[in-house]
Amino acid sequence: MTVTNAEPIVTRRHGLPNSWTLSSYLQNGGYSGLRKALTMAPEEITQEVLTSNLLGRGGAGFEAGRKWSMLRKAQPVYLVVNGDESEPATFKDHMLLENDPHQLIEGVVICAYAIGASQAFIYVRGEFALAQERVQAALNEAYQHGAAGHNIFGSGFTVDVVLHPGAGAYICGEETALIESLEGKRGFPRIKPPYFPAAIGLYGAPTVVNNVETLSNLPWIVEHGGAAFAALGVGRSTGTRIFSLSGHVNRPGNYEVEMAKTTFRDLVEHYGQGVRNGGQVKAFIPGGASSPWFGPDQLDMALDQDEVGKAGSMLGSGAVTIMDQTTCMVRAAWRITKFFNRESCGQCTPCREGSGWLEKVMRRIEEGAGREEDLELLLDVCDNIAPGLSWPPQQTTICVLGPSIPSSITSGIRMFRDEFLVHIKEGACPYG
Amino acid sequence: MRLNSDNVQRAKDLIALYPVPRSALIPVLHVAQEQNGWLTPESVEHVAELIGLTPAEVYGTASFYDMLFTEEVGTHLVSICTNIACLLNGGYELLEHAEEKLGVKPGVTTEDGAFTLEEVECIALCGQAPCLAVNWRFFGNVTNADFDKLVDDLRSGRLKDEVPPHGTLNRVRRDISAWAGGVPAAQQALKARASAPPPPPAQGDTTQ
Repeated sequence: MTVTNAEPIVTRRHGLPNSWTLSSYLQNGGYSGLRKALTMAPEEITQEVLTSNLLGRGGAGFEAGRKWSMLRKAQPVYLVVNGDESEPATFKDHMLLENDPHQLIEGVVICAYAIGASQAFIYVRGEFALAQERVQAALNEAYQHGAAGHNIFGSGFTVDVVLHPGAGAYICGEETALIESLEGKRGFPRIKPPYFPAAIGLYGAPTVVNNVETLSNLPWIVEHGGAAFAALGVGRSTGTRIFSLSGHVNRPGNYEVEMAKTTFRDLVEHYGQGVRNGGQVKAFIPGGASSPWFGPDQLDMALDQDEVGKAGSMLGSGAVTIMDQTTCMVRAAWRITKFFNRESCGQCTPCREGSGWLEKVMRRIEEGAGREEDLELLLDVCDNIAPGLSWPPQQTTICVLGPSIPSSITSGIRMFRDEFLVHIKEGACPYG
Repeated sequence: MRLNSDNVQRAKDLIALYPVPRSALIPVLHVAQEQNGWLTPESVEHVAELIGLTPAEVYGTASFYDMLFTEEVGTHLVSICTNIACLLNGGYELLEHAEEKLGVKPGVTTEDGAFTLEEVECIALCGQAPCLAVNWRFFGNVTNADFDKLVDDLRSGRLKDEVPPHGTLNRVRRDISAWAGGVPAAQQALKARASAPPPPPAQGDTTQ
């Protein structure tokens, strides 16, 4: 057991009465990071974030400071906040938006100041109605307080911060699709290169797209320094991070823990208080529905971005889903495949057509009408989407939704081939 | 029905927020959906006029998004999650119960127009699976008995403050009156962005 005593950073105000209001925020140290930031040069802030090695908390895990440093030198510059949290089993940004919107706004203004953005858009997933109300109310308070808008805290720095609602599409969590959506279009990812947002982003201007949790860390990093953040965690995996624990555990929920020092087992046993009904972990999904599965022998792996990557999966969005021994793995893989089929934007043939056929074949097996050759058929279709079925995956599509589709199917067949065969040979699910 | 005068003003205010009017399309469609419960053909035409698009372009965007309805929908949109975390915790059993209780399959509206049932993808409340949303107000750890009570409370109007009619999303209006000079000054201050070089054509953009 390696549960550390690191204090939570981004969730430290959760649970306080009316934690989403300005008065509560100010009583608990709010906006002091921004006040300090405005006394610094913008480059100094970027340097602190580089020192902190804050990795993006959305899914790809790219260094936030490097993302800022790659901006094409042109005006205007836009900041776009990715609050379109939709990766299955991920529910941390939902909580951050509802419980501490001022912390996000403070992070947004700090980032806007560091990168020289004149306008920032907070794109909140359409379904998050309460979050939108809380963020807008907090923005109104922040403008009133002088923490957003014109001449912030008398510093001469001005940035307009706009709440923008989505309308229900998983793909809009992909940053170039999010930009298309913010431009009022269908959420079609753009091809990269050339459409890296830092070079050609919103309205063709250089744009930083950062995740809600990523930006929520900035007030603390500015206040305490990048080195203090980097002192937490191990190697490249610095600071604390929220993990969304779900599935067959006694106490599912969001837990902010020190990166790389805590293990999956700590999450399950300490935070989640064990598998429900005293059961056993049969398999778990380490980083959202897009990530390949792990077995119980990998529970002692640290929550370390690089270590999980080397083991053939990813920490992704920080969503850890536990499946106990009663779980039908065919059904679990089928449901995830169905999700990708519904959410494929339809631009690229391997993803659009492949996800549909994979879902049909998976359903056939799950319903007891499968054929033995279906397993090879599934792997062949997966190979057409992500050639070689390697990790990290190769792709034949514009964005990474395509190569995310095979993860659950290839994991299921690799780890539980016998279970697939029982479905096929006996024409029924052994789990009922 | 076209947008009423109050909502036309809201639409204009939203359009003014963005450097490019089309960015306001989804926010304005939410306003239209709030007014009528769904995107009536007249409201789509009106939104197109206000933003400077054709109705086909508006439909092109609207039809991509799950929350925008181009057909009539019930007063209460009941969205039950069956994705992985809910699947593991009885999401499908809850959906089956909901089908029985409401007497409709997913995608169908009850005869009285009070409820539309839908099966949805993850709604990010996985710590409280199985979960659902009614008009995007969230309910977690839902048992069959909870569901029955929820339906009764919705029918009787006991939850009308917590769960506004379908289409109402964000009831808090933007207020930047603290900005010296108000909205016009804010727009003036942001005019600098107009001097930006013209953006290269975006891929997938059919309007250029």
